[in-house]
Amino acid sequence: MARTLIRVPATATRGEVIEIRTLIQHPMETGYRPDAAGRLLVRDIITRFTCHFDNRLVFEAMLHSAIAANPYLTFTLRAEASGVLAFAWDGDHDFRHVETRALTVT
Amino acid sequence: MSSPTSPRSGTEPGRRALFGGLLTLALAPPAGATPEAMAEAIALFTGGATPELSAAITLDIPSLVENGNTVPVTIAVDSPMTEAAHVRAIALFNQRNPQPQVIEARLGPWSGAARISTRARLADSQRLTAVAALSDGRFLLAEAEVVVTLAACLEG
Amino acid sequence: MSPWRRQGWLPLLALLLGAAGPRSGFETMTPELQAMQRDDAGNPGMLSVLEGEALFAREGCAACHAAAALRGVAARYPAHDAARGGPIDLAGRIAECREQRAGRPPLPRESQPMLALQSFVAHQSRGLPITPDPRLAEARAEGERLFRERRGQLNLSCAQCHETLAGGRLAGANIPEGHPNGYPLYRLEWQALGSLQRRLRGCFTGVRAEPLAPGSPAALALEAYLFGRAAGLPIETPAVRP
Repeated sequence: MARTLIRVPATATRGEVIEIRTLIQHPMETGYRPDAAGRLLVRDIITRFTCHFDNRLVFEAMLHSAIAANPYLTFTLRAEASGVLAFAWDGDHDFRHVETRALTVT
Repeated sequence: MSSPTSPRSGTEPGRRALFGGLLTLALAPPAGATPEAMAEAIALFTGGATPELSAAITLDIPSLVENGNTVPVTIAVDSPMTEAAHVRAIALFNQRNPQPQVIEARLGPWSGAARISTRARLADSQRLTAVAALSDGRFLLAEAEVVVTLAACLEG
Repeated sequence: MSPWRRQGWLPLLALLLGAAGPRSGFETMTPELQAMQRDDAGNPGMLSVLEGEALFAREGCAACHAAAALRGVAARYPAHDAARGGPIDLAGRIAECREQRAGRPPLPRESQPMLALQSFVAHQSRGLPITPDPRLAEARAEGERLFRERRGQLNLSCAQCHETLAGGRLAGANIPEGHPNGYPLYRLEWQALGSLQRRLRGCFTGVRAEPLAPGSPAALALEAYLFGRAAGLPIETPAVRP
């Protein structure tokens, strides 16, 4: 199973703009690289990342082969209420990884 | 491509063009990126609109990198991020990789700020272009030249 | 006021002090890569440390070893092993402990779980200075001989690049002093975390020489010497390198 590193501030004040940082273990095999025998290695990348806040899509990114191995992505969100952030990474060969984090707004 | 639940249901100007663009990109066969291929990919993203070179968008990337496998990049747009005036999407393109797209991100007023960071792969020294789609239908552009130094001690 | 005055003499002093002792490859990296290494939420090597932490608990290591008690261990390796009458490196010790005490099947040295366990253990010593084992003088002497011996079709010794030419450039790349203080580390060239042995293999094949077999007496002697010449450098695991 893929390891992830997710940084969400433990608490935020209402209206504060928080930065969310994510890192996931994934080779991001480009599909343009030959193996030792000269055959192209099959593309194996994460193609889509989403972040939902209480089931509402708040961020989405389409990734291509030009994203480095172990994709790192940061984005922002205005904290309006406490709730649950759900992060999902989808990719080639039915790759899917989901993580959730609580956000407490005071 | 699945259609995710949108946080806002209104149809902002240019939204169809943007979604159509993403779909087309996903289905396009891989081709070596060239300045022309990059211009084409940008046109798909903007729905044909010409992006304006603007100081309001910044593309922060080291001008000299030791290894093109992992190049930190931050794109930020100076925007109030209100319902009336916000950044809808940010995309990054390149000229010299096998394909011109790097990333397309969608955001909205709920983002609070228009700023994303990631790490790109650059096959060679080249010019990168960041484009932001604004809620008023305009597109802003920033460019950066990156020199990738050749790794001296490669394995194998 | 000139920037020189504002910064004062500290940078110069640091430069002089730095030039006197071993210099970590960290020092010659770009600010962007230094930032990537320093930031635990962005350092891709931390994914392996996390994996190692989970394995440490799951594989029974935690039954004997508290993670806090591992602080300082990696800074003392390679260490003298009485049973072998010679050096053992951290990977060798972890493998031995797993197989003989925990009764687990052997893990290949460079398998992902082994690298993860090793990075978790070494990470506990991050920031602590390397303190070479005084009992390894003999192995270090043999390691130094290997370090200075010309080898391969290019007929180069380790010392020619990583001592005489260190600080210079080969094509566009910095030539580092070649210290082992950040391993296992995340190398952008590999797009993965890898071991010191893997890096040495790259060096050896780079000069077109037969690589040393990992864990062999020669490899352990060279490793002991490399840690000896890096004495005092802080452990950086998981370091990031280009």
